[in-house]
Amino acid sequence: MNVLLDHLDLFRDGFLGTLALTGASALISLVLGILIAGCRVSPVPPLRAFGTAWVTLLRNTPLTLLFLVAFFVVPQVLFPGINSFVLAICALGVYTSSFICEAIRSGIGTVALGQAEAARSIGMTFMQSLRIVVLPQATRAVLPPLSSLLIALTKNSAIAGGFNNVDLFNIQKTLSNDGFNILVIFFWITLAYLIITFAISGIFRLLERRLEVAR
Amino acid sequence: MSASVLYDAPGPKARARNVVYTVFGSLLVLGILAVIVWRLDSQGQFNPKMWDIFNYSGIRQNILDGLLATLKVFALAGLFSLLFSVVLAVGRLSDHKPVSWLCTGFIEVFRSVPLLITIFALWIGILDNLWSDVFHLPGSISVNPMWALVLGLTIYNACVQAEVLRAGVNSVPKGQAEAAYALGMRKTQVMTTILLPQAIRAMLPSIISQLVVTLKDTSLGYIILFPELLQTARLISSNTTIDGDYPYVPTIIVIGAIYIALCLALSSLANWIERRGRRGKTGITPAKAEEPAEEATV
Repeated sequence: MNVLLDHLDLFRDGFLGTLALTGASALISLVLGILIAGCRVSPVPPLRAFGTAWVTLLRNTPLTLLFLVAFFVVPQVLFPGINSFVLAICALGVYTSSFICEAIRSGIGTVALGQAEAARSIGMTFMQSLRIVVLPQATRAVLPPLSSLLIALTKNSAIAGGFNNVDLFNIQKTLSNDGFNILVIFFWITLAYLIITFAISGIFRLLERRLEVAR
Repeated sequence: MSASVLYDAPGPKARARNVVYTVFGSLLVLGILAVIVWRLDSQGQFNPKMWDIFNYSGIRQNILDGLLATLKVFALAGLFSLLFSVVLAVGRLSDHKPVSWLCTGFIEVFRSVPLLITIFALWIGILDNLWSDVFHLPGSISVNPMWALVLGLTIYNACVQAEVLRAGVNSVPKGQAEAAYALGMRKTQVMTTILLPQAIRAMLPSIISQLVVTLKDTSLGYIILFPELLQTARLISSNTTIDGDYPYVPTIIVIGAIYIALCLALSSLANWIERRGRRGKTGITPAKAEEPAEEATV
């Protein structure tokens, strides 16, 4: 208990750091994921090929390797001196985007073909059928996998702590270097991660219940 | 392209528009790639001297050693996690409540902790703390980086694989177990000869996909300074200078290609098994060749 109370500011910084990393990279991965999913289902062959290549490559790349690319290659391509937080959320966001893209694509796949055909035959325009018929149904199917992807993202954000970012892993490292009992540290860090992942799954369960309809 | 929910089969006008999009789309993708290559080239990363390092036998040996270390950790962790997952899954499905609670608790806790946190704690010596401070046993346990990595990977992946196996056992039709009990088989016999074989067969694609995750996660050894493939890449790049520059980009490209090739090979095996299983007429539908979803449920 003493370790937690004496270093409450460290734990707070780590907790907020993990939250910031997760939140920012979740945003990037959602935007990228939707864009790439758009590419993968588009009628334009080169964009489809690009989407497929993106997903296949990133799903088979270790996240730590992406971090290495972000920290050693990206500064060479763009400009040197980007801060480590931006690089870390880029690596996390790009990695997770490939999984989110697949979740969205399979969500669109769950909407029955007849739904869109019925929408068109009663005279809806493309935008109307997408907005009123296809997307609401796809969203419901996408939510559960999205929740588990965000939980995975939270856990993956620990790697950023190994690359000069302040987060819970970084705090674990600092405190154990200071010679505190690793059992106690491990306990509190675990608890902190459990709080975050429970919050995520709670929010998503709430959303699912909100959007639920009888089918 | 077959019919899609999102758009109709294209008519002549839409086809013409698609051709325009195709041209612009390809130009955009190629343009981005060209900018990346041009920037790297202007930094001198495609200088032949930079790539010449891979002709040295010493560096080739380093890469080979790193690859072998990665594969060794993967083989050990994969094997141990599969064995341990059977124990955990059977424990969680057990009729003895305390055993079931214990296994459920273990699975839920270690599935929710980031793998890196577990590996780091093992590396720092959490086992030794448990051994001497909590249980007050004589002697001490020291864990070197390799075993910290193997143990961490084993614990985490066994928890995930156990959930996969449990889903597999639950997916076996109820009549199978009932028929076995009616024949007079004992609980152990039903589990080992009827349920588990069918569960493993149905879940093989998912199990192999999780093995791909295990392979990818061996790269966490980088952070605890275990000289596996990724750490080797860093060591090579930081110990070699070419005209005062470190060859990070060439080594990362080469090592990255090795990783992607390994993982692609393993995940295409999972996809092949899934397709092959769907053709079969055994009535067992194979699981999707996807990584098992993660959920926080205690």
